Amino acid sequence: MADEVLDVRGLTKRFGPLTAVDRVSFAVRKGEVLGFLGPNGAGKSTTMKMITGFLSPSEGTAVVCGSDVAIDPIAVKSRIGYLPEGAPLYGDMTPRALLNFVAEIRGMSKPDRKRRIEEVIDQVHLEEVIFRPIETLSKGFKRRVGLAQAILHDPELLILDEPTDGLDPNQKHEVRTLLQKMAPDKAIVISTHILEEVDAVCTRALIIAHGKLLADGTPEELRARSSAPSSLSVRVAAAQAEQIRGKLRAMAGVGFVEIVGKVAGVAHLTVSPDGGADILARVSEFVRGEDVGAEQILAIPGSLDDVFREITQGRGGH
Amino acid sequence: MYSGRSRKGGGGIRMRNTVIVTKRELGAYFSTPVAYVFLVIFLAAIGAFTFYLGSFFSRSQADLKPFFTFHPWLYLFLIPAIGMRLWAEERKTGTIELLLTLPVSTFQVVFGKFLAAWLFTLLALVLTFPIWITVNVLGDPDNGVIVASYVGSWLMSGAFLALVACLSALTKNQIIAFIVGSAVSFLFLMAGLDIVLGAFRSWAPDWIVDVVASLSFLTNFQLISKGVIDLREIVFFVSMIGIFLFANTAIVDLKKSA
Repeated sequence: MADEVLDVRGLTKRFGPLTAVDRVSFAVRKGEVLGFLGPNGAGKSTTMKMITGFLSPSEGTAVVCGSDVAIDPIAVKSRIGYLPEGAPLYGDMTPRALLNFVAEIRGMSKPDRKRRIEEVIDQVHLEEVIFRPIETLSKGFKRRVGLAQAILHDPELLILDEPTDGLDPNQKHEVRTLLQKMAPDKAIVISTHILEEVDAVCTRALIIAHGKLLADGTPEELRARSSAPSSLSVRVAAAQAEQIRGKLRAMAGVGFVEIVGKVAGVAHLTVSPDGGADILARVSEFVRGEDVGAEQILAIPGSLDDVFREITQGRGGH
Repeated sequence: MYSGRSRKGGGGIRMRNTVIVTKRELGAYFSTPVAYVFLVIFLAAIGAFTFYLGSFFSRSQADLKPFFTFHPWLYLFLIPAIGMRLWAEERKTGTIELLLTLPVSTFQVVFGKFLAAWLFTLLALVLTFPIWITVNVLGDPDNGVIVASYVGSWLMSGAFLALVACLSALTKNQIIAFIVGSAVSFLFLMAGLDIVLGAFRSWAPDWIVDVVASLSFLTNFQLISKGVIDLREIVFFVSMIGIFLFANTAIVDLKKSA
């Protein structure tokens, strides 16, 4: 496909008896922002290290803009901007010196170098720290320097391993805005375990656990996979929670009822439908009829968190 | 996109990347106290050895023999001190991932790092010039021998450095790199003497013993510092550098598939 920037083909990595990444395949096109989701140790970073040529795959390969990382790693690396996990940087250098080093290695001409360094310093707001050694900077600034060196050469493919880790909410927002701004003419892959980030920037999400690709779709598609597509939350008096739970459970169309919490004499019941049944009308009628001190009924849409937990923990849903 | 030249480039590009890496590494020595501490200790130690242990004045000879005699022994500890960080530090801090995902080949990085450390030892050697001036003021030395000895000393330091850099690539612990580096350097230094050869004589055929003996840094250095720059000794040290840099590249590449 013409605008396919990254094509990952059966990527596998074994460390001794452990299979860290198991036959992962996917493709990313220009304009896509792919969220790479998974619990810690799922194989996200290992996959990224193989795409960027830092680790050699045990099997499979990755093709970036037509170049195979196993055959022509230099061509692949010149097209990728990469922020490794934890944003490792040379602590003895200043951000400006580091950016200059990266720009030189990337073969940018002197005027290009000067212009682009100014641009990225402005984009990620490094002005106040450009002459301070990186080792004296806060975690947030370090992360931003790492981001700056990744976008410096305006790469076609941007691979960012937890780009917002350690940033405060304002900084997270800035980084996301920056990614959205760059998205149309790049392919971007970010790994994260912050699910709100997927909603904020990603056009597509992959879920990976134990090295295996388990789900691939838009955030909406993934959300629809939730086993609780529209459960209800019912607020009742704590004293009667157990009794009401029994009655709700006996109702047609109700899958399971869970007491979520009892605080200050009030309990919340989560009522999930069995299959796709619409239980709102029936449950609200029941609650109105009984004098149970029910004060509120809320419909809860399927959340990405639920989907994430269900998929990565291998629960098929209730 | 600014990736124009990074496609399969010619020799000029390869060398340019090496030079960029060398510049950064040299900068790293001088942006921390490492460089200054090393230079001061090196110069103080070489001075003390030359004048006290080497009896520079009381020999009443216009040469730098007592000065050069101690170079191999100083290198045994000071070269691992310079070289131990080359790869171990990158692995420890994770910057190796940043470096090796830039469009450079492994050998360009290996060579660039080595070159930075080797130029740094050249600086240390150049800073010993007062002793050369002293011997010329006090007498009429054979400056040819002195030049040959300086060249030999620098070549030997390069072989030690390439060896230590190679060992540094095996670990993320600088202390281990230093200790193993010193120990292996000692074996190569003493390869021509009984302390090492004894371990081979009992079981190995004579030709192996001869090969081991010919690997001795000390013997080769002593030959050069007699003042006859023989191609054989130069080839020896240059090949040692080449072999260890090649091994260094192989180790870094192998660790990718580990």
